[in-house]
Amino acid sequence: MRREHEVGAVPRRQRGNHREWETGRFLKEFPLYRLVAEDGELVGAPDEVTLPDAEVLRLYRLMVLNRALDERMITLQRQGRIGFYIGSIGEEATVLGSAAAMLETDWIFPCYREHGAALLRGMPLVTFLCDLMGNAGDAMKGRQMPCHEAWRPGCFASISSPISTQIPHAVGAAWAARLKGDAMVALTYFGEGGTSAHDFHTGLNFAAVRKIPVVFVCRNNGWAISVPRERQTGSETIAQKAIAYGMRGERVDGNDLLAVHAATRRARERAAAGEGPTLIECVTYRVEGHSTSDDPRAYRPAELVEPWKKKDPLLRMRRYLGRRGAHDDAADEKIRAEVREELQRALKEAEGFAPKPPVESLFEDVYAAPLPHLREQLAELEEAIAADPRVANPRHSDA
Amino acid sequence: MPTMNIIQAVNDALRLEMRRDPDVVVLGEDVGKFGGVFRATQGLYDEFGADRVMDTPLAEGGIVGTAVGMALYGLRPVPEIQFADFIFPAFDQIVNEVAKYRYRSGGQYACPMVIRTPYGGGIRGGHYHSQSPETHFVHTAGLKVVVPSNPYDAKGMLISAIRDPDPVLFFEPKRVYRASKGEVPEGEYEVPIGKARVTREGSALTLVAWGAMWHEADQAAREAEAEGIDCEVVDLRSLQPLDTETLVASVKKTGRAVVVHEAPRTCGFGAELTAILQERCFLHLEAPITRVTGFDTPFPYTLEMEYLPRAPRILKAIREVVTY
Repeated sequence: MRREHEVGAVPRRQRGNHREWETGRFLKEFPLYRLVAEDGELVGAPDEVTLPDAEVLRLYRLMVLNRALDERMITLQRQGRIGFYIGSIGEEATVLGSAAAMLETDWIFPCYREHGAALLRGMPLVTFLCDLMGNAGDAMKGRQMPCHEAWRPGCFASISSPISTQIPHAVGAAWAARLKGDAMVALTYFGEGGTSAHDFHTGLNFAAVRKIPVVFVCRNNGWAISVPRERQTGSETIAQKAIAYGMRGERVDGNDLLAVHAATRRARERAAAGEGPTLIECVTYRVEGHSTSDDPRAYRPAELVEPWKKKDPLLRMRRYLGRRGAHDDAADEKIRAEVREELQRALKEAEGFAPKPPVESLFEDVYAAPLPHLREQLAELEEAIAADPRVANPRHSDA
Repeated sequence: MPTMNIIQAVNDALRLEMRRDPDVVVLGEDVGKFGGVFRATQGLYDEFGADRVMDTPLAEGGIVGTAVGMALYGLRPVPEIQFADFIFPAFDQIVNEVAKYRYRSGGQYACPMVIRTPYGGGIRGGHYHSQSPETHFVHTAGLKVVVPSNPYDAKGMLISAIRDPDPVLFFEPKRVYRASKGEVPEGEYEVPIGKARVTREGSALTLVAWGAMWHEADQAAREAEAEGIDCEVVDLRSLQPLDTETLVASVKKTGRAVVVHEAPRTCGFGAELTAILQERCFLHLEAPITRVTGFDTPFPYTLEMEYLPRAPRILKAIREVVTY
């Protein structure tokens, strides 16, 4: 026998489900949450601000570092000093605002544009740069292409290239924490393109069913390589997808550090209180190409990008702090000079490492201890290098 | 010593490990109150509760994906994939995440888990309840892959797998889930992963098999004995790591080998075994190494007995190899 709650009330005369699609309905239902306007004026309720000025300043400095890092690394890639780079220019407030809203014991499951969050979690800049170079100082031992860092001491998980696979990991870790009685809330990032992938669905579904303490942050930057957001989903907003999963959704101005921080902090508190996960859509924009392997001029008219340059998240925080008397041009110049110096110093240090990790590291960490066939293969490789050193030379045919 | 079938042995291993280590958890479809469609997790929900025996939504990628997070955080998850045929939605998670997590993070993180799944045909299950996908996983660096053939090994190897620091794919031979019975010690014991077992000594040729096909190989060896052919039978048990030493020693002794598996022939694990044996036993070989396998077709429904490399086909190969 069917129970009432399974089917709901069935009207006697079925009229069909002909509700007119109302354009803009979900844009109204999920209004863009903003605390600071583009000119730096506080437009939200002051009691919703979750960051004191000193903390805003600290995060602003990190945003400046993040921007300088991205710009410098794109140059380095063009110079051939690193093989690849993928950054977050224009998306710094989304990344740092959300990461900073979590506790340090909360785990972060990144996509691949959250290097700012890795630095916030204490990954040394030198270690990050060594990852880009895949050299002997690389914590990943030269195994991944650039920008796929992991930083265990900061509870910053390991990055893989397949899209959205990290989402269920965040759910599992938070689930495990709850079983162990830890008050950990997991944060995970993905792009709006990632919401099309199956792991987005399974992750959000698993989390909602069990009210797992996770904050899902979608960096909606408008583009998945060349595919615009409107070719990614028929939904008006990403936030509304939360409704179907049975969780709370929010749409936030992703270029507003304070709004992202406040929304994430609220989501974190709800999760920690057992009220379940939240999907936060941070509306931002990828003002650069997807990565250094991409030239957006092939598919994106420059005039689309122009308005977003005015919405620059760094500029907005600089104006906000200026209005509050917490920052000025002289202090800003000082920060920028410090950041340039820090970057230069770290770069020099990173380039001082041997260009490659030792050859035996190729066979380590496949398993906890090398299996016999891997020991044999290491011996085979060492023998081959000894017989002909060109085996270890990328341009062996020139030799 | 109690007599158990493979299901009971698996259940016993899970129960003992969950009692020993509070970090061991079970998750999957229908594994909770119902105890799994094959009853492998029966009673665990009642003993350990819903927090450690978790019914999940119906998504294999989600089961393995959340198990990754659990393992990273310090649990020892034992996800169940209801049938090995349904493991492919989780293939990306297994191949790109589970297998590579330790390596790609430079050893900062580890992802130990045991993915249990019933595999194999002969149960009138058609394409989607019969496949033997072990070779996909042996081909993936970072995974261990084991296939017990009997209750004693099933219990001991599952206990070893749960204690292993690496991710283990644990393929359970569902055709003999209940048919294979034997004495199983009470309490904990380990059967080491990576050790094959010579189950029958002989001098005419070496028969190599694992899981449900070990029973067919053993049957063929008995029938061959009646014809005066003295077969050695090796139950591989562990495909990765592979006990090359035991295999090579046997084939050097007999000079002949027949490899049996129910997965399709092309790129099946038999191809790897054949390559290894010819590399290491070349001067000892008296006949070509021969494979008796499933065919390169999808697994059939009505003609499944013709498809499976059962004892009569193995016996035919044995005769051909010894008279080569």
